[in-house]
Amino acid sequence: MRKELLQLKRDKLTFGMIVGIPVMQMLLFGFAINTDVRNLVAGVANEADSHLSRQLIADLEQTQVLRIDYVVASPDELESLLRGGKISIGIYIPPDFDRRSIDARRSAAQLLVDGVDPTVLGVANQIRNLPLKFDTIAGQKERASTFEVRPYFNPEHRSSVFVIPGLMGMILTLTMMLFTAVAVVREREHGNLELLINTPISTTQLMTGKVIPYILIGLIQLTLIMAVGDLLFSVPIRGSILELYIASSVFIAANLALGLFVSTVVKTQFQAIQVTIFFLMPSILITGFVFPFEGMPGIIQVIGEALPTTHYIRLTRGIMLRGATLFEMRMELLALAVFTLIAMVAAIQRFTKRLD
Amino acid sequence: MTSETEFAIRASGLTKTFGSLTAVDHLDLDVPKALVYGFLGPNGSGKTTAIRLLCGLLTPTEGSATVLGHVVPGDASQLKPKIGYMTQKFSLYGDLTIQENLEFIADVYSYPRRDRRARVEDLIERYNLDQQRNQFAGTMSGGQKQRLALACAVLNRPKLLLLDEPTSAVDPKSRRDFWEKLFALANEGTTILVSTHYMDEAERCHRLAILDHGKKVADGAPAELQAATGMSVVEIATDDTAAVQFELKKLPEIRSITQLGVRLRALIPDSRKNPVAFIESHLSSLALNGKVVQVEASLEDVFVAVTQDDEKLDTAA
Repeated sequence: MRKELLQLKRDKLTFGMIVGIPVMQMLLFGFAINTDVRNLVAGVANEADSHLSRQLIADLEQTQVLRIDYVVASPDELESLLRGGKISIGIYIPPDFDRRSIDARRSAAQLLVDGVDPTVLGVANQIRNLPLKFDTIAGQKERASTFEVRPYFNPEHRSSVFVIPGLMGMILTLTMMLFTAVAVVREREHGNLELLINTPISTTQLMTGKVIPYILIGLIQLTLIMAVGDLLFSVPIRGSILELYIASSVFIAANLALGLFVSTVVKTQFQAIQVTIFFLMPSILITGFVFPFEGMPGIIQVIGEALPTTHYIRLTRGIMLRGATLFEMRMELLALAVFTLIAMVAAIQRFTKRLD
Repeated sequence: MTSETEFAIRASGLTKTFGSLTAVDHLDLDVPKALVYGFLGPNGSGKTTAIRLLCGLLTPTEGSATVLGHVVPGDASQLKPKIGYMTQKFSLYGDLTIQENLEFIADVYSYPRRDRRARVEDLIERYNLDQQRNQFAGTMSGGQKQRLALACAVLNRPKLLLLDEPTSAVDPKSRRDFWEKLFALANEGTTILVSTHYMDEAERCHRLAILDHGKKVADGAPAELQAATGMSVVEIATDDTAAVQFELKKLPEIRSITQLGVRLRALIPDSRKNPVAFIESHLSSLALNGKVVQVEASLEDVFVAVTQDDEKLDTAA
């Protein structure tokens, strides 16, 4: 036992992890996991444009659950904003809104909801009964909800549809990062590296040689996940499969490059695995995989934006579920490419063909 | 530029420290071309560090070295294609076959594609690896691993081979074969620097340097070193080795004494004339019997003489 403690004390990284993991976990769980979502981005198409409808929109904003960033003319435009992932909820107020609002059997307006995310759907259900101003007195009267909720992209409310595109990101992050994270340290531990760095091979050759075969493996893995997703869970792929593969290749490369960088920093394979887990945790918690990105505080969102998984999950959900095109989501792809480049350059810089 | 044509390696004042430990201490080295040059020294004497400095894997703390006309570690990248390096620990891939390992090394050296197959076949034949061609390197015996490592080290036809204790995990027969291969390479013009802690191997080298605590304590051809020990070597045959050893150890003139079966082998500085008579008279005065003869110094005696010398200096200082 004494020996274990002594060894632990020598292994600075493991020691850091013992302290770092619980602290980071607490911070992430505490701040990020907030199912009580605020400031969901919304768009409005108000075709009634009456006093009553403007009052309703103002009331909605007052709840602070929604933040109305887009005001458009037609429900079609709301749909396209929804597909591009720009908004989570579209508020459609029909021209006959005032008349509908007196009729207790009909709902007065519609909420067009990105039904993929259960939290967003929950928010929609929560605000659907928002009372109209004039009937606060006659509140006892039984009436239909103010809004009719129309979930898009996932009409059957199946959670697998929400989970699987994110899961793809998760599985690829874990496996790809591990592949390269152990790649360099393994050779160091086995003594292969001492021979290898004594050959004319260049660092760039060595590094790209470690990345390229695994991109292929990653794509095979992706195919497998999608096949299972389709056969067992009937997860749709509404957009282009080719575009999904392109986006995935860049994401896989990003993880491999990150793994490679880790590999140049750590000393043992065990440490490499620890660091990978350290990265995996935020990838689950603050990328929008489980908990909605909008619900997180600003600083956590900034960290989330720096993680490739965040962008990839947006891409997969966009392409697979909403039928978005890569062009519509080009900023996400660009973010992944930039990340890959930075991680790769950092790995090459860190790796020296020396032993000291 | 005579130095470039005559010497494969020239080093002056080469020093490497790790924290408070000086692994290599002001090493001066001239290794002539096309010879087998040995580094003889005990474990921790700086052999591995010296070799790593020479191939540019480590940056010297002080001093400089020129290897095949390239200054290391600055010009290490130009040097790499011209040297072959065999690490102390087996450093090829255990999960690849012999053939795959060789092909990988050919790749890494960008060996010309059209000659690659022929070169790999040639090496497999030359280093008797044909039987194990498709065997995983990890499952091979020590001797086979070593032959594979040498085959990989010479694949790119290096002008200089650096071998770090290549025979430490190998049986005597394989060691003999291995040295045959080294001499064949030297005859073809390859310079070979080999580190070892085996005396019999050191004796085979054309020239050698004895390292101790990071310092070069002697260098030259083995015969020269044996002739220039400055020591007489006597062997004492006796019934009571323990008592004789105990008594002789007390004498300040005895540099070292060690037991070889029923005989004792002692080193006595040349300054003491007639060592045989000196020992005999000393033993008879103590009423101990012993037959004393003077013998030729072996390389082990040289090694003991120079390394112990250093220790005495250390304690005196």
